[in-house]
Amino acid sequence: MNSAVSQEFRNTDALNGAEVLLRVLVEQGVEVIFGYPGGAVLPIYDALFRQGTIRHILVRHEQAAVHAAEAYARSTGKVGVVLVTSGPGATNAVTGLVDALMDSIPVVCISGQVPTALIGNDAFQEADTTGITRPATKHNYLVKHGADLAPIVREAFEVARGGRPGPVLIDLPKDVSVARAPLPEPGNGRLHRLYSPRLDADREAIRQTVAAMKRAKRPLFYTGGGIINSGPEASQALRELARRTNFPVTSTLMGLGAFPTTDRQFLGMLGMHGTYEANLATHGCDLLIALGSRFDDRVTGRVDAFSPNSFKVHADIDPSQINKIVRVDVALQGDVGRTIRALLAAWDDDGQDLGEWWAQIDAWRALDSLGFQQDMKPDAIIRPQYAVRRLYEMALGTGRDTYVSTEVGQHQMWAAQHFQFDKPNRWLTSGGLGTMGYGLPAAVGAQVAHPDALVIDIAGEASTLMNIQELGTIAQYRLPVKLFILNNRYMGMVRQWQELLHGSRYSQSYSEALPDFVRLAEAFHGTGMRATCVGELDDVIARMLAHDGPVVADICVAQDENCYPMIPSGAPHNEMLLGPDAEANAAKVTQEGMALV
Amino acid sequence: MSNVIQTAVIAVLIENEAGALGRVVGLFSGRGYNIESLTVSVVDPSEKISRITIVTSGTPMVIAQIKAQLARIIPVHGVTDLTASGPYVAREMALVKVISTGDARTEGMRIADAFRARIVDTTAGSFVFEMTGAPEKIDAFVDLMRPLGLAEVSRTGVAAIARGLETFHSNQESF
Ligand SMILES: Cc1cc2nc3c(=O)[nH]c(=O)nc-3n(C[C@H](O)[C@H](O)[C@H](O)COP(=O)(O)OP(=O)(O)OC[C@H]3O[C@@H](n4cnc5c(N)ncnc54)[C@H](O)[C@@H]3O)c2cc1C
Ligand SMILES: Cc1ncc(C[n+]2csc(CCOP(=O)(O)OP(=O)(O)O)c2C)c(N)n1
Ligand SMILES: [Mg+2]
Repeated sequence: MNSAVSQEFRNTDALNGAEVLLRVLVEQGVEVIFGYPGGAVLPIYDALFRQGTIRHILVRHEQAAVHAAEAYARSTGKVGVVLVTSGPGATNAVTGLVDALMDSIPVVCISGQVPTALIGNDAFQEADTTGITRPATKHNYLVKHGADLAPIVREAFEVARGGRPGPVLIDLPKDVSVARAPLPEPGNGRLHRLYSPRLDADREAIRQTVAAMKRAKRPLFYTGGGIINSGPEASQALRELARRTNFPVTSTLMGLGAFPTTDRQFLGMLGMHGTYEANLATHGCDLLIALGSRFDDRVTGRVDAFSPNSFKVHADIDPSQINKIVRVDVALQGDVGRTIRALLAAWDDDGQDLGEWWAQIDAWRALDSLGFQQDMKPDAIIRPQYAVRRLYEMALGTGRDTYVSTEVGQHQMWAAQHFQFDKPNRWLTSGGLGTMGYGLPAAVGAQVAHPDALVIDIAGEASTLMNIQELGTIAQYRLPVKLFILNNRYMGMVRQWQELLHGSRYSQSYSEALPDFVRLAEAFHGTGMRATCVGELDDVIARMLAHDGPVVADICVAQDENCYPMIPSGAPHNEMLLGPDAEANAAKVTQEGMALV
Repeated sequence: MSNVIQTAVIAVLIENEAGALGRVVGLFSGRGYNIESLTVSVVDPSEKISRITIVTSGTPMVIAQIKAQLARIIPVHGVTDLTASGPYVAREMALVKVISTGDARTEGMRIADAFRARIVDTTAGSFVFEMTGAPEKIDAFVDLMRPLGLAEVSRTGVAAIARGLETFHSNQESF
């Protein structure tokens, strides 16, 4: 706490609940709250008005407040904070909370509640918020007494950031905000004996892992979002471990950036839309070391055919993730950054010769599974992959620190495949829940956290309409966010599945009656641009990057492009579809596969 | 590990606070785990801690998941798997109402006696038996009463505890 802060908050007698709340937030290092007011939180907004330490960002929808807080958290490593009113304010936040739960993002959400005496009476704007959000949060609280408020808020931060991070909700009845409340010193009035997760993996498990690493002829690191959760030092340690061992590295969608995606040892993302080399290496490896990744179904494909001949090691801080989907031979329960450092300490640089393995990987790589055909005639239609490649190259050319968020769909996968990330915390995407409408508010959160950085939402036209109102937030705070829409006039990911699995019956997946995004940008006080053909693309990207305010770039791309490679649901990794020529293969999708998502 | 479905008796110590039981029940329904029975009651003099006994079933992988997921619930103090940690006693209490007269009534009393069920209420046409025992024993008793005018059954679900010197704390799973 800086001295100006303690000055402002010196007098702790005669504080009401709202003031106690804000003081504890300051004590917890909170600088920004994303929120939206309403009756039940008016005392908190009043207390906010009377202080000068915490900045409040007024979003245009409570779901967006949570996504913004998630991106703030993911891009800074801090806890994101949200403030919403009771009833509809809280229910609007639910999607964001589940999103944060699935992607292990630390968020504290404070919701207003009707006064305690009215709870259970179907009072105006009452909802059973703790009931609704119980499965949507890591933990939640209803503050019934002012005396519990400070300890609850402190504990909420500990729970949100501790172990496997996640969202925590505090439901605060209005009478508790209004009434006087004590502000005990930190450490007083503890509520729960919080279980402290084990941070250092078992030494014997480390020894077994290192022994397996020495034996391995075809090893692979399968890295995930847990490395980002662990912090930048974990990414650093991973780079060192990869360099020392010369093992190849693949990553989940959530882990991108933990290891430089431009590195020779990086095989690209694995899983449903992963590269040929990453998936065949996963299938063919003799040692698979999962580092902060959770064997999601997008990654494993058919579980009984997943990496069938490998010795499996799983490093995860959450014991409930170990042996959940895939049985592993060694569990490294603990913080993955520390686990990697323990492996580094125990590694004697005496592994097998990996020459053959790398030759095999290079042969797979030579297939260029992310390749695409771009006709370079100026009036040619833009391929979405090409647009992402050019965006990456030109953004790199600016030399600016760049944060990329995405919506959900094909564009998200093309962003994951074609944009490159050499640092952690720069890639903001909704992986577990796959929430359309995540990207624009996430860009708001990232830009608030990093005012001088280049922040781009790589979007689809359908997703972006789900939280388009955030253009208002962007305008109000003059956030120079770039909304880069790969506009294929389809819910492309849905259209692709319908093409491959449902006989090209495009049921309800056409983006009918789209707005004119250029004029929409202008209506929200921003700048709109459009590229309709290859000849216009570079110019639009250049102008977008050069402009110091918000830009909506409507990039009209090929409507019928599909996202490849693709492992159809229910198929094993070695049966991936590589491109349109393979579409005939779709007939292979089994009846059980059809039932999967 | 096998794919054989096994039954597990799990004991959980949990903070006695509003909504705590809901978190446990919600975990089971939300993740599709089985609950064969669940009992709960406060067990410490300060009334701060409740003990929940859950009888569930699943493959060893699922049982391990259930325990790890229970341990993640913030108000949970500890989890033990009685089935895995040694011999234990599991008991359940049932109140069984039988409405009958004549031979059926006499036969019912005879069986109750053999099962050491107590009569806790009686009228000219009815009995309420109280019996305590392993769940299978209660099942057997109820089955025998069925043709003899069984009218209603109320069962508590299983309460269980380790035998001998073992305690919850000595058997507690660490996560
Ligand atoms: C349209 C769409 C397509 C997708 N396709 C793919 C795809 O092709 N490939 C793909 O990979 N994903 C894909 N996903 C994402 C996928 O659904 C999952 O979100 C993702 O695979 C999970 O990533 P992860 O395993 O890294 O785990 P995360 O969800 O990031 O979880 C992190 C794991 O690390 C652990 N952890 C957290 N902190 C620590 C710590 N400090 N130390 C140790 N462990 C820690 C957690 O317990 C957890 O197990 C797709 C999503 C969408 C929406
Ligand atoms: C809130 C929500 N509703 C529905 C879906 C299902 N869904 C996944 S991708 C997709 C289409 C996305 O279309 P668009 O944003 O245009 O992206 P594209 O796939 O065309 O790149 C839909 C409807 C979802 N992920 N999220
Ligand atoms: Mg689209």
